[in-house]
Amino acid sequence: MAREVLLKIEGLRIEGRAGDAWTEIVKGIDLTLHKGEVLGLIGESGAGKSTVGLAAMGFARDGCRITGGSILFDGIDLRQAPEAERRALRGKRIAYVAQSAAASFNPSHKLIDQYCEAPVIHGVMPRDEAAHDAIDLYRRMQLPDPEGIGFRYPHQVSGGQLQRAMTAMAMACRPDLIIFDEPTTALDVTTQIEVLAAIRDIVRQFDTAAIYITHDLAVVAQAADRIKVLLRGDEVEEAPTRQMLEAPREDYTKSLWAVRSFARPEQPAPQAAPILSVQNVSAAYGKVPVLDDVSFDIHAGRTIAVVGESGSGKSTAARVITGLLPPKSGGVLFEGKPLPLALKGRTRDQLRQVQMIYQMADTALNPKLRLRELIGRPAQMYLGLQGKALETRIRDLLDLIELDPDTYIDRLPGELSGGQKQRIGIARALAAEPKIIICDEVTSALDQIVQEGILKLLTRLQDEFGLAYMFITHDLATVRAIADDVVVMQRGRVVEQGPKAEMFAPPHAPYTELLLSSVPEMDPDWLTRLLESRASASV
Amino acid sequence: MGFAASVIGGLAALFAIAAGLRAVARISLKGQARSLAHDIPLTAAFGLLVIAIYTFVAIAAPALAPFPERDIVGGQFQAWSAEHWLGTDRIGRDMLSRLIYGARNTVGIAFLTTALAFVVGTILGLYAALVGGWLDQALSRFVDALMAIPALIFSLLLLTIFGTSVLTLILVIAAVDATRVFRLARAVAQGIVVMDYIEAAKLRGEGSWFLIRREILPNATAPLVAEFGLRFCFVFLAISSLSFLGLGIQPPTADWGSMVKDNATLITFGDVTPLLPAGCIALLTVAVNFVVDWQLHRASGLKEQ
Repeated sequence: MAREVLLKIEGLRIEGRAGDAWTEIVKGIDLTLHKGEVLGLIGESGAGKSTVGLAAMGFARDGCRITGGSILFDGIDLRQAPEAERRALRGKRIAYVAQSAAASFNPSHKLIDQYCEAPVIHGVMPRDEAAHDAIDLYRRMQLPDPEGIGFRYPHQVSGGQLQRAMTAMAMACRPDLIIFDEPTTALDVTTQIEVLAAIRDIVRQFDTAAIYITHDLAVVAQAADRIKVLLRGDEVEEAPTRQMLEAPREDYTKSLWAVRSFARPEQPAPQAAPILSVQNVSAAYGKVPVLDDVSFDIHAGRTIAVVGESGSGKSTAARVITGLLPPKSGGVLFEGKPLPLALKGRTRDQLRQVQMIYQMADTALNPKLRLRELIGRPAQMYLGLQGKALETRIRDLLDLIELDPDTYIDRLPGELSGGQKQRIGIARALAAEPKIIICDEVTSALDQIVQEGILKLLTRLQDEFGLAYMFITHDLATVRAIADDVVVMQRGRVVEQGPKAEMFAPPHAPYTELLLSSVPEMDPDWLTRLLESRASASV
Repeated sequence: MGFAASVIGGLAALFAIAAGLRAVARISLKGQARSLAHDIPLTAAFGLLVIAIYTFVAIAAPALAPFPERDIVGGQFQAWSAEHWLGTDRIGRDMLSRLIYGARNTVGIAFLTTALAFVVGTILGLYAALVGGWLDQALSRFVDALMAIPALIFSLLLLTIFGTSVLTLILVIAAVDATRVFRLARAVAQGIVVMDYIEAAKLRGEGSWFLIRREILPNATAPLVAEFGLRFCFVFLAISSLSFLGLGIQPPTADWGSMVKDNATLITFGDVTPLLPAGCIALLTVAVNFVVDWQLHRASGLKEQ
């Protein structure tokens, strides 16, 4: 199927500024895209995927500059073309869909007004026609209430719907090329499927070429015709999707495939009484009920995974346990004795026993404090360590999380990578010498390779100190890797719970089934099969 | 023409000295101070130099001034001469000496007032943001009510009620300014208290004072420092205008605001002397704002493109 070449990038070099020096972040990438073709661009963060994606529009972010190579879009050299000409192309012939639709929509305009902006500015069609067209596209994107949804403001629409509205908007001028920059990464599995299916359909319907940027192989396998793997600004390999999945050539590509294989050995069934049990807890934010009669137990040395989509109440359960949100009814037992419901009523020792690690290490570590104080404070406060003893403890903790104390002890969080920051979060929790650590989506903001490192570290610490983890996540791959027990939550209720082996073996509760089947598999036909089986099931 | 030329020449000399000092600092300093010296723009170096000179003059006033602050040492309105460099004032006191002592009084009082306003405003603002609820509402609405009254009128009112001593002057202006600081500190802190690290510290069982001091304040310093510079200028002007109106620093204490007022008649005769204290105020205000701009720039994290 040799079709006309739409985009041809040759020897693309881009430099980024770090401090005063320019360093090369894209080192000579070639890329060819034919009309109507979808190219998957994958790699870990820092691989230069997004930078290449933006360069395909002839655009370099602030602090970046294109220093070499050529970008030919349908015969137009985007590097030589005047800015006015490039601007005329953007939005009309080349469109861009960003990762966070919530951040990309202007919050103070209605969706349909934002939709109509590009067609009107580019003179493609008048406003009335564009509005009609919007409704048509909303329908094709399978958005609920296509006639009405355009008249809502972005905050009145859910994340998955917003991402689809964004794709519809990118389609407004029927561009030849759309660049999708991690469009489903921020969504949970069940929503991801809907968005992925909608994107795939619309791209096929209009025969639009696309560059699909992501770090999730299984996702890109569903949508792309070809896949290109990037590593630190260099191309690792490129091949048609099927061939790439079945027979990757390079070691790096194979390692990406292998990441999902990490698993903690099965633990024997718990003998002792649970260390913490949540009993019939119902909780609400103001008048909005969030938890409804939730009960589960946490055992020493074991990991309990709490799964469910966003809004299912998983994080709220953690807030009840920590005392941040006193429940309306029910209670929490720690080692058989009831914990005071509110944070203020708890003793320092009770606080020490339950520690928390957050999803976003960026916001969980005070950016103005050095690691010494970040890690040292809990040790100082709970265990009364001072001076020499405190210093030794901080160094031991840094050793535990595999960071060199001499290098890191006086650094600020801003001087660390994402994975290292998350390790500091772990060290801070460990410093209190707790019995239970609540991990709230601790790996979901990280790359797969970094994720694996964090999971291994957590597992090692668990074996060493007999810690109990409550692992809140929507990523079932992580659950498979490290959980002993699983609690599935939906709309504030526990739908199903039990040991992992039972949970992953049929029969499932319907919602568990939906969750499990929504995890993308490394198979290009997976999405098609799944949609077919769901369609036939609903008939 | 000679006067204008000497002013411009003086400023140029100050800029040259600032540039020289910066160059020296870049070579001689080490570590963080060195990178700071590399970072600093010339305007900010100039501002720092001017502030340093003012501080020196204020501290060393008795040693620098040729005559005592309050003594009548000559005739009325004498012209500039070798003995009285800047002439004498309305009742025959040496202008230069009063200008030097004025630095001590005006700048000192302005600094104390601003510092007091900041301590009170920041602590209350951060506390209100941290605790929230009815306490936040009560404090904020009270501050809103105070801010609804024009600042100058409000200070005039308070000064007439409590009398015009230096202490009441400081307290009154600090109270009026603390309301502005409160608003800023609260607004900045509201963005900080929702961060996970504050929740983590609360879960650790930290008290409010620790949260304010170690967790919130370090993240709010940049805008507060910038505001400090601006506020300092406003306080300066407020004191000067109150003195000009006769309710500020009382005679015979030398103060730049009242010195302008006292000698204003000279302006009609084409003499620039009464404008000198005003010039001193202007120069310090500009200098402080240069430093503030630099701080704001650093705080915003923006690098010049």
